[in-house]
Amino acid sequence: MKASLERLADRANDEGLLDVAYTISDSPFGPLLLAATPKGLVKVSLPGHDPEEALEDLAARVSPRLLEAPARLEETRRELDLYFEGKLTEFELPLDWQLSKDFRRRALRAIDRIPYGRTRSYTEIARSAGNERAVRAAGTACGSNPIPIVVPCHRVLRTSGGLGGYGGGLPMKEALLELEGIR
Amino acid sequence: MTTLPPFQTLLDEYAPDVMGVLRGAVGRNDADDCFQETFLAALRAYPKLKDDGNLRGWLLTIAHRKAIDHHRANGRQPIPVAEVADVGVTDPEPGDGIWAVVGALPPKQRAAVALRSGSDLPHAEIAAALGCSPEAARRSLHEGLKRLRKELA
Repeated sequence: MKASLERLADRANDEGLLDVAYTISDSPFGPLLLAATPKGLVKVSLPGHDPEEALEDLAARVSPRLLEAPARLEETRRELDLYFEGKLTEFELPLDWQLSKDFRRRALRAIDRIPYGRTRSYTEIARSAGNERAVRAAGTACGSNPIPIVVPCHRVLRTSGGLGGYGGGLPMKEALLELEGIR
Repeated sequence: MTTLPPFQTLLDEYAPDVMGVLRGAVGRNDADDCFQETFLAALRAYPKLKDDGNLRGWLLTIAHRKAIDHHRANGRQPIPVAEVADVGVTDPEPGDGIWAVVGALPPKQRAAVALRSGSDLPHAEIAAALGCSPEAARRSLHEGLKRLRKELA
C-alpha cells in the first residue's frame, strides 16, 4: 500500500493535480509541518501547533488537493537541517506568499530581507512595509507569519531589545537567535 | 470557500477499502493500476465536489467505473503487428484460489461480491456503486455468493 501511495503522489504531481504537498519533518525543536505548492514553500507549522488544524486551513485557503508527499519537500528539509546545524545562513528556497496579503505581506517581505545574525525592531519593519506608525500591525504580521524560520520573524525584537513574541514559544525564539550568534 | 477536508484524509481513511474492492474486481496484479486511476480521477474532480456527505461511496463508485474500464480495455480487439513476439503473453490474473472463481462470475455478480467482501458495503451503497436498485444489488450479491459456494464446495 505504501508503494501505491508514493506512486500516486508522484503521478498526481506529474499531472498537475498536487496543489499542496506536505510532510512532517524532525527538527531540534520538535516536528515541523512543511507544505509547498508548485510555486514554493507556503507553510511551516511550528511544534506546539496542531498539524491537523494547519492542514485543514491549507485545504480551505489554498486547495483541498493536498497530499503527503515528502519527496516534494526534500530540498526544504535539507536546507532546514543545514540551518539548524549552523551551516546555512541564507535559504534559497522559492516561497509562495499567497497566505499573506497587503500590509502583512509587505512586512513579511521586509522581514525576509533581514540578514542572518542581525535583528530589526517592530518599528523598523513597520517603516519598511510603508507605515511607520503601524507598529502593532507589524507585530501582528510577525505573529501571522505562515513561513516562520525561513522568513525569519525571530529576528524581529522590541525597540527596547525585549524579545516580543514567537509562535513557537519564546525559548525557541531565543534558541534561534543564539544559533545565529545573537544574544 | 470550500469546506472539503484535505484529500490526504480520504487516502488515510479509504485507500485500503478501495484497494480491497479493486483486488476483488480486477485481480491483484491490476489492482494498483486501477487504484491509481481511481484516485487520480477523484483528485481531478475533488475541488468541485458538491456533496461530501458520503466520500467513501463516491470513491467506491469511481473505483467500480475504473474496474469496468479495465475489463473493457482488456476485451479490446488485438492490435495487428508486423512481427509476433515469440514470448507468450500471459494472463495477468494470478488465477489462484477464491479470486479466480470470483473472476469467473458474471460482471454484476462479480462487482457485488467484490464490493461486499472487499469493503463490507451495505446493499444500498453497493447499489449506488453499481447504479442499480438495492433489490437488484442484493440479488446480484446473493447469486454471486451462491455460485461461489457451489464452485468452491
